[in-house]
Amino acid sequence: MSDETAAGLAEGAATDDARGALAGGSRPRRFGAWYVAEHRFLVMRSYGQTILVTGFGEPLIYLYAMGVGLATLVDQNLGVEAGGVGYLVFVAPALLCSAALTTATIEFSYPVLLGYKWNPTFSGMHAGPISPGQIVDGLVISVVLRLAATVVIYYGFMLLFGAVPSPSGWLAIVIATLTGMAFGTLLMAYASTIRDDTGQLAMVERLVVLPLTLFSGTFFPLSELPWFLQWIGWISPLWHGTELARVATFGYPEPIWLTIVHVVVLLAMTIAGWVWSRRIAARRLAA
Amino acid sequence: MTVPQPVIAASGLVKRYGDFTAVDGLSFEVAPGESFGLLGPNGAGKSTTMRMIGAVSTRTGGGLSILGLDPDRNGPDIRSQLGVVPQADNLDTELRVRENLLVYGRYFGLPRRTVAERADELLAFAQLEDKGDAKVDALSGGMKRRLTIARGLINDPRILLLDEPTTGLDPQARHILWDRLFRLKEQGKTLVLTTHYMDEAEQLCDRLIVVDHGRIMAEGTPAELIRRYSSREVLELRFGSDRNEEVARALEGSGDRVEVLPDRILVYTADGEAELERIVDAGLHPRTSLVRRSSLEDVFLRLTGRSLIE
Repeated sequence: MSDETAAGLAEGAATDDARGALAGGSRPRRFGAWYVAEHRFLVMRSYGQTILVTGFGEPLIYLYAMGVGLATLVDQNLGVEAGGVGYLVFVAPALLCSAALTTATIEFSYPVLLGYKWNPTFSGMHAGPISPGQIVDGLVISVVLRLAATVVIYYGFMLLFGAVPSPSGWLAIVIATLTGMAFGTLLMAYASTIRDDTGQLAMVERLVVLPLTLFSGTFFPLSELPWFLQWIGWISPLWHGTELARVATFGYPEPIWLTIVHVVVLLAMTIAGWVWSRRIAARRLAA
Repeated sequence: MTVPQPVIAASGLVKRYGDFTAVDGLSFEVAPGESFGLLGPNGAGKSTTMRMIGAVSTRTGGGLSILGLDPDRNGPDIRSQLGVVPQADNLDTELRVRENLLVYGRYFGLPRRTVAERADELLAFAQLEDKGDAKVDALSGGMKRRLTIARGLINDPRILLLDEPTTGLDPQARHILWDRLFRLKEQGKTLVLTTHYMDEAEQLCDRLIVVDHGRIMAEGTPAELIRRYSSREVLELRFGSDRNEEVARALEGSGDRVEVLPDRILVYTADGEAELERIVDAGLHPRTSLVRRSSLEDVFLRLTGRSLIE
């Protein structure tokens, strides 16, 4: 995971100093990203209470309000047409993916801006033996684990609410985590480019995250949207993730090629955001 | 006996940002255990040089070897042996004081137990023993700097790089910090520091280079530089802002050299008192007069025609 390869010494010039440095650099080269993740976990602990409260409170409130409250209305009016299952089963995987996306938004926005600018801990890491790429990798590791934990708890509540009829439902944990990362790494790349903070991240939350949540087939199928709004779903990681999670939790009927498209899009977005973030980090920290 | 290899060797070091040349061919060497200073005004290229020595910024040209390695190829290895105290504190304000040391120590791949032991030793060294659980933001400026220095020592570095270590601190905090740095120097730690404070350079540096516009203007020990570029004493005269220029003409030929600043006239001479007597005898009566030892400030003025802090 290190950017710079451990190049050897100029022939015969091996001094004790140089040997000491090569030895000192070997662990950071291998485990640097993990050390960054450790740092992030320690920071997360400082707002651990918030993480716990939202981790348990959010699924409870949303599944109850949408899946039980709103579902009564929807099911009464539509029968059980939305995908052929009850509204709770239809909306739960969407809520799961949406929670992952929200969590990823939190972890990949302000912490990134903070690390580069307001409390430049990234330059501190880079002054030590950590490479810019490892800083990005470390953030990715820490957020993947944070997301997985959030999603597992959420999934537990879905089981409690009886929202997962299919035995392959657990796959939704992986899918939701991937959905969060697909949007999150791209957001991280964007946040890494911000030099003058004029409230861009608040705008992203209002003008990107919120519409994504509303128009990604979350609360109703994408086909219910007018045709000129349906493209939002196609570029939305949340739509791809939600549809995929529905396939996993209740066997949502869709052609196999579309399922493959969902997986490819989510992976491609994740990798693109990750690679882009690493490039920006290298440019920004080594100027 | 073999001559020890320099821990830092720069030859014709250049850094350009587009058309702007920040560092313009610096050559110098730092021996192990030496306390080496880069002295110059803001914008002289000191911090840029420090970033290249710190193996974070790549050079545009010239040669640079740190601990016998090329920072372009062995950045992480070199950085594993450095302690860095940047100009602006970059402690993690979301963590507590001791946690900052623990997290940072892990970056060097040190076992948790080792890091914890060193963290306690370093908190004591930084005189922050009772602040371990405090939030970083609750610390004063001087305490934050000391914590940053403690953090820079967590890996027991071969070289400690300090960029303007006492800028922005009040006199008392500066003296505490100098005392800590002096102890490190006594322990034989290699220090490289930039400063635009003369007194700091004189107290802490065995040897220094005076840098201006990215070039070396002079190199030597503080005493050597003063001997070479200034006189033993300086007589400072104030005749009032409006009269300085006029009196300066009458003073021409006094001492070794006369320098006219907006607020005062400096007369460089071996014997300040005697010179003052001669001037008063000649019928010139300054409002105030002061005889002092020559300092690096005078060296800088001589070399560049400008004072360091404008």
